[in-house]
Amino acid sequence: MKSIEETEKEVIENFALFGDDWEAKYEFLIDLGKSLPSMNEKFKDEQHLIKGCQSKVWLMSEMREGRLWFCADSDAIITKGIIALLIHVLNGQSPSAIAKAPMSFIETTGLSSHLSPTRANGLLSMIRQMKLDAIAHLAKTKND
Amino acid sequence: MSVLNVSNNTSAFAQRVRSDFPFLKRTINGKPCVYFDNAATTQKPQSVIDIVADFYTHHCANVHRGVHTLSQEATLMLEGARKKTADFIHASTDEIIFTSGTTASINMVANAFAERDLRGKSILVSRMEHHSNLLPWMELCKKKDIGLIVADFNENGELSLEQLKELFRSNDVALVCITHISNTLGTINPVEDICSIAHDYGAEVLIDGAQAVMHASPDMQKIPADYYCFGAHKMFGPSGVGVLFVRKEKVENFPVFHHGGGTITEVRLDHVSYASGPARLEAGTPNIEGIIGMGAAIDFINELGRDSILSHEQCLFDSAIKMLQEFPELKILGGAKNRCALISVYSPRFHPSDLGTLLDQQGIAIRTGHHCTQPLMQHFGIPGTARISFAAYNNAEEIEVLRQALKKSLRMLL
Repeated sequence: MKSIEETEKEVIENFALFGDDWEAKYEFLIDLGKSLPSMNEKFKDEQHLIKGCQSKVWLMSEMREGRLWFCADSDAIITKGIIALLIHVLNGQSPSAIAKAPMSFIETTGLSSHLSPTRANGLLSMIRQMKLDAIAHLAKTKND
Repeated sequence: MSVLNVSNNTSAFAQRVRSDFPFLKRTINGKPCVYFDNAATTQKPQSVIDIVADFYTHHCANVHRGVHTLSQEATLMLEGARKKTADFIHASTDEIIFTSGTTASINMVANAFAERDLRGKSILVSRMEHHSNLLPWMELCKKKDIGLIVADFNENGELSLEQLKELFRSNDVALVCITHISNTLGTINPVEDICSIAHDYGAEVLIDGAQAVMHASPDMQKIPADYYCFGAHKMFGPSGVGVLFVRKEKVENFPVFHHGGGTITEVRLDHVSYASGPARLEAGTPNIEGIIGMGAAIDFINELGRDSILSHEQCLFDSAIKMLQEFPELKILGGAKNRCALISVYSPRFHPSDLGTLLDQQGIAIRTGHHCTQPLMQHFGIPGTARISFAAYNNAEEIEVLRQALKKSLRMLL
C-alpha cells in the first residue's frame, strides 16, 4: 500500500495537469463527489455531523486490522468531492500516520481557499475530525 | 428578452456611481469582480474611505471632553454626522443613539425590556426575522418566562395584517419586533400598518431596518415605530457603527445599558446624575471615525439621490427576476407583491454552496446559506439559498455576466 506522502504526491501531479483551468478542476471534484458512495441514511445523525460547515458533512471511521477506514457524505457535491479526495489520501493508513499526515497537497493543489477558517466551509473541520478520529483510535488501541 | 434592454438612463446612472468605488477595479480569480453580496455589506465609495483616513491623518482626538482644537473638531464632525443621520430618517438628533450596529441596537432594546415587569405579557416576532432580531427576544422571553409569539407568512413570503390583529387580540403583546425588509425574501413589510395596529393594542414596535435603510428610505415621521435599528455598513458606510432610533418620548426613560464615561453630569461615590439625551446611552469613546464615515455615506447617498438609487435598483431587480426565470432549475424563494433589493434562489438538485463556489470561480460574489434566518429555511424545508443582492453600482452588464456564469455552473452541477 502507498504511503500518505506518495498518494499526496500523485494528487498534486494530477492537479498540476489542470493548470489554470478552474472548470476542469471543479468538474473533477464534482465527479469525485458523485463517485463517492452515499452513506447509509441511518448514520447521518448528530453524532457523525461535522460542525463548522455551511453544507452538512457526516464522517465515520472504523479500525480494521490496525488500519483506519473512513466513510463520509455531504449534501453539497463539491464538498463531497473534497472529502472523497481526503479519504483517497488517508483511507487504510495507520492511525499514527493519519494523525501526523502533513496534508500539504491542500495548499499545492490550490484547494486551500477551501481551508480558510471561515464559518462558511468545513475542510479544516473535516481534516481535524479525521485526525481526531485517528488519535482516538490510537488511544483506544493503547488502552486495550 | 435581454437584460441589456434596461434603459440607458439606468446604465448611465450606474456608470456614474461605479466611478466612485475603487473596489470595483479589482479582479477575483482573474475576472472583473461582480459584487452581488450587498445585503451582507456594501462596498465603500472613495469619499467614505477618504474621510476615515482624513480623520486619522488630521483630526484624531477624543470627542466631547476636550477644550483643545482637535477635540472640538472631532466633536463637531461626530455631532455633524448625528445631524445628517437624524435628517436622513427624518428624526431629531436627540433620538439618534450611536451603537456598534443593528444587532447591538436590538440588544439594547431587549435589555431595556428585561428591566420591565413583563408578567403576563408576550413578545411578537415574525418567522422571517434575522437571528439578530430573534435571539435577543428568545433569550428575553426565557429570562422573563413569558411567551414568544410568532407571526407566519404566506407562500409568497408576506405577513398577514389580519393574522397580526388576531395575535394581538389573543395575546397581551408588550413589543412587536419585525424586519422592515426581509434579508432572505426581499419582502417589504407594511411597517406603517404594523405600527398602527400594534399601538391600537397598546404594544410598542421595534423595526429592524438593517436592509431597509438603503432600500426603502425609512421616514420616522411616516413610520410610527418606537425603535428603529440599522447599521452603516449596508449603506456604503464603515462597519462597526449603527443607530438605535428611540422615539423622543421614550428616550429619556430608556434605561442605561452600558455604564461608563461620557454618560453623566456628576458622579459622587454615593450618587450619579446622568446626562440627558443620547449621551446618557453612549458610554465610552464612540467609533468616531465610523460615525463620521457614516455621515459621509449619507452625503454620498443624498448626492446620488435616493429616488434615483431606488429606481435603478428596481430596474436591476426586475431584469434579474426575468433572467432567473429563464432557468427552470432555479426556484425563486418568495414572491411578495412588495419586494426589492435581493433575490433568493434554490434548487432541490444541488446545495446552494456549490453554486456559490462555482460563481466565485467566475468572479461573482453572492451569499449562500441560511442567511441567519434558519426558522424561515425550516418553514420552506430547504438548507439555504443562493442570494443575489443589489446596490447602486451594479449594472445590467453584471446581470448578463451572472446569466452566463449561471449557465456554466448549472451545466457543471446538473
